[in-house]
Amino acid sequence: MFAEFGYGILVVSFLVAIYSVVAAVYGATNKSAAMVESARRSMLLMFPLISLSAAALIYLLVTNHFEVAFVYEVTSRSMPTYLKVTAWWGGQAGSLVFWSWLLAGFASAVTIRKWERDIEFLPWVIVVCSVTLIFFLGMVVVFENPFTRFWLVAGNVEPHMFAPLNATLFTAADGNGLNPLLRHPGMVIHPPMLYLGFVSYVIPYAFAMAALITGRTDDRWIRLTRRWSLWAWLFLSFGLVLGGRWAYDVLGWGGYWGWDPVEIAAFMPWLTGTAFLHSVMIQEKRGLLKHWNMILVILTYALVIFGTFLTRSGVLSSVHAFANSPIGPFFMGFVSLSLVTSIALVIWRWPMLRGETEMKSMLSREALFLLNNLLFMSVLVICFWGVIFPLVSELFTGQKVTVGPPFYERATAPLFAALMFLMGVAPLSAWGHSTIQTLGRAIWKSAVAALVITAILFATYTQNIIALIGFFLIALVLLVTVQEFLRGARARQKGQSENFFTALSRLIGRNRRRYGGYIIHISMMLMAIGILGMESFQTSTQGSLKQGEALNISGYTVKYRELASWDDKGKGVNFTRATVDVYKNGIYLGVLNPRIDYYFDSQQNMTIPGNRSTFRDDLYVLLVDWQPVSSMGATFKIFVNPLVNWLWIGSLLFLVGIIFAAWPDRDPAEEPARAVRKASQTSAAD
Amino acid sequence: MKKVLHTLIFTFLLSVLFTGVALAQSNTPPTDDEVNAVAHKLYCPVCESTPLDVCPTDACKDWRELIRTMLADGKTEAQILQHFQEQYGARVLAEPPKEGFYWLIYLLPPAIILVGAFFLFRSLKEWTKPKAAASVLGGAGSESSPEKDSYLARFEEELKKQK
Repeated sequence: MFAEFGYGILVVSFLVAIYSVVAAVYGATNKSAAMVESARRSMLLMFPLISLSAAALIYLLVTNHFEVAFVYEVTSRSMPTYLKVTAWWGGQAGSLVFWSWLLAGFASAVTIRKWERDIEFLPWVIVVCSVTLIFFLGMVVVFENPFTRFWLVAGNVEPHMFAPLNATLFTAADGNGLNPLLRHPGMVIHPPMLYLGFVSYVIPYAFAMAALITGRTDDRWIRLTRRWSLWAWLFLSFGLVLGGRWAYDVLGWGGYWGWDPVEIAAFMPWLTGTAFLHSVMIQEKRGLLKHWNMILVILTYALVIFGTFLTRSGVLSSVHAFANSPIGPFFMGFVSLSLVTSIALVIWRWPMLRGETEMKSMLSREALFLLNNLLFMSVLVICFWGVIFPLVSELFTGQKVTVGPPFYERATAPLFAALMFLMGVAPLSAWGHSTIQTLGRAIWKSAVAALVITAILFATYTQNIIALIGFFLIALVLLVTVQEFLRGARARQKGQSENFFTALSRLIGRNRRRYGGYIIHISMMLMAIGILGMESFQTSTQGSLKQGEALNISGYTVKYRELASWDDKGKGVNFTRATVDVYKNGIYLGVLNPRIDYYFDSQQNMTIPGNRSTFRDDLYVLLVDWQPVSSMGATFKIFVNPLVNWLWIGSLLFLVGIIFAAWPDRDPAEEPARAVRKASQTSAAD
Repeated sequence: MKKVLHTLIFTFLLSVLFTGVALAQSNTPPTDDEVNAVAHKLYCPVCESTPLDVCPTDACKDWRELIRTMLADGKTEAQILQHFQEQYGARVLAEPPKEGFYWLIYLLPPAIILVGAFFLFRSLKEWTKPKAAASVLGGAGSESSPEKDSYLARFEEELKKQK
């Protein structure tokens, strides 16, 4: 009953979405406010409708309805209830419903707002959101139905939505259970965060398209969706960081990022989104780059759709999988159609998107932002080509190839270094005009200090040239950014006769976007310290130890003490846990317990490291294997991951920075900055 | 004659050296770290995106044992990688070999990036042209304006706007 109900509601939602598109287009083209209002109401109806369907699905998941194929695939009796709920996004079909539900929620939130002078955007925003919903719901209704049930037909179990002739419902005794890797708390939150990020980007895209269609191509659409872009970026970034932490905690290979296509799928919209965050500022401040911002938001939208499918469907894992999957062509068709339509709209409105002012200097902030965009796009090109190359190779040579970390690391490292350099220089440049002299004067002290720090590191820590270049850039950006805070506060202190701390807090509080951005830059540098530490100095060793024997690595001694193995029937897991004693330069530090969890239902292992984390390094011990009689020995793989903790510290600060920058203003009526600029005729350094 | 003698001595020394290496290899079995150093550069066709040295599956364990045997037999890293590539195709390598069609993966991105950079700098030049003309007309005064435009002055301007 719940299955039919859930599916029925999905079909109704699908039809309502189609109606809202038709009504919105009719209303907009025939200037019928009533039809636009009807479209708006049907848009608002979507969220409660999909919520009902989602509730039905969750009910089935929580109550062990194993006659439903999706429930069977992602849950089992031994799973705790909260995991059964989160299993909603643990498989393709459910996550498509989740995606649609989020989009319906966001679209409703947008349509509820007061439109007033932006009312002409409304129908087209509805159209874009609804078309996206039609695509996702269509996919769910036709190909990836989470309510499909098992039927016994002539002795065979077959999945169908409705009962075939002479069939009886088949209910499995227990489900497959969620992939144990997905049961980690990080992985429970990671997909919704990524999806929140993905879906939030639909809104700026919808407004951009509305701006193109209506011809209101000024920066109004950007101002209306600025916070959406920031929140989208926040969620996407948070999702990526959580994914990294999850990989570090449960994947058991000593790292946090493996340049896996699925990771890159989420990283690509982040790249265009980050470029967009920077380049919209040029449009807001200087009225330039309107074409480019449109292209960036279109690309981000296309990459969001691309990423969603790359992540869960597996259709892009091989040419064969793509050709055999019913959703492959459907999905490719939608991405191509939206790209072609959007680009056609940009070309149609090309003359209206001309810049309002001229770029005055190659070293102005807008020019440096453009360079930043070029670098982000370059990383994107490398990532995209790397992800699709195995498919291209298979198509043309019949041979699949692996494009692994060495390729991406080599190709992107110089680009990231250049981005770091820009992060150091750009905050010192002024909008409109800068010269080598003004920049040089602003940066030289920080550059000298960064050189001194690098020299100290050379003498005390490392002689690795690449790492030293990295540390120099990190020090430069940190010093320049901190200096920006101090200089701003001092200037305000003088101008407003406030004490230093009041001046600093008011300065930051009143320029949250700018200083939030700088906090993000600082956090990026902390993360860079962690990444540099891992990339340049990670060491590892592996060995089989008998009880009492030890492995030595980078000053650490890891001595195998004992091993225990037991079943937890309630959880359906067998735990095998080793105890090792850890010493550093002969001093006893404590024990670590690397373990392997074996899940009976899904017959899969999960390797949980024993990790000792400090600011200097992580000692990361994995239990690789063990002899049937534990006293005979066990095999351990040990990593020493220098500085990696800074990656997580940086990630936390990163979130603080974005939330700080994205938090709604007290006074929402923002005066267009460009109007202020024109009036004052100055090039303020924001 | 001297040359021939030198060559003979050199060959003798080399053969002694290599016999020593071979003996050392046959005496001490390869360590896990030596096996992993090679395995890190390989990917099995099934476990996508997981390097062989950290892949927990049984199939990958067998591959690592094969590497151990080959190392014990005195095979070099290059020979082992070559062996796996011949047996299972180029996909076992961490990145495509630099040959034939596979050059595309290495050459296309820099080409696109260069084209992008070319367009960016051309556009920037075009956009900055009027300013260049203006500064010529304006002479030294306009050239020095950014110098005068001190941080403090710009900042105060900004503060005024905030009030």
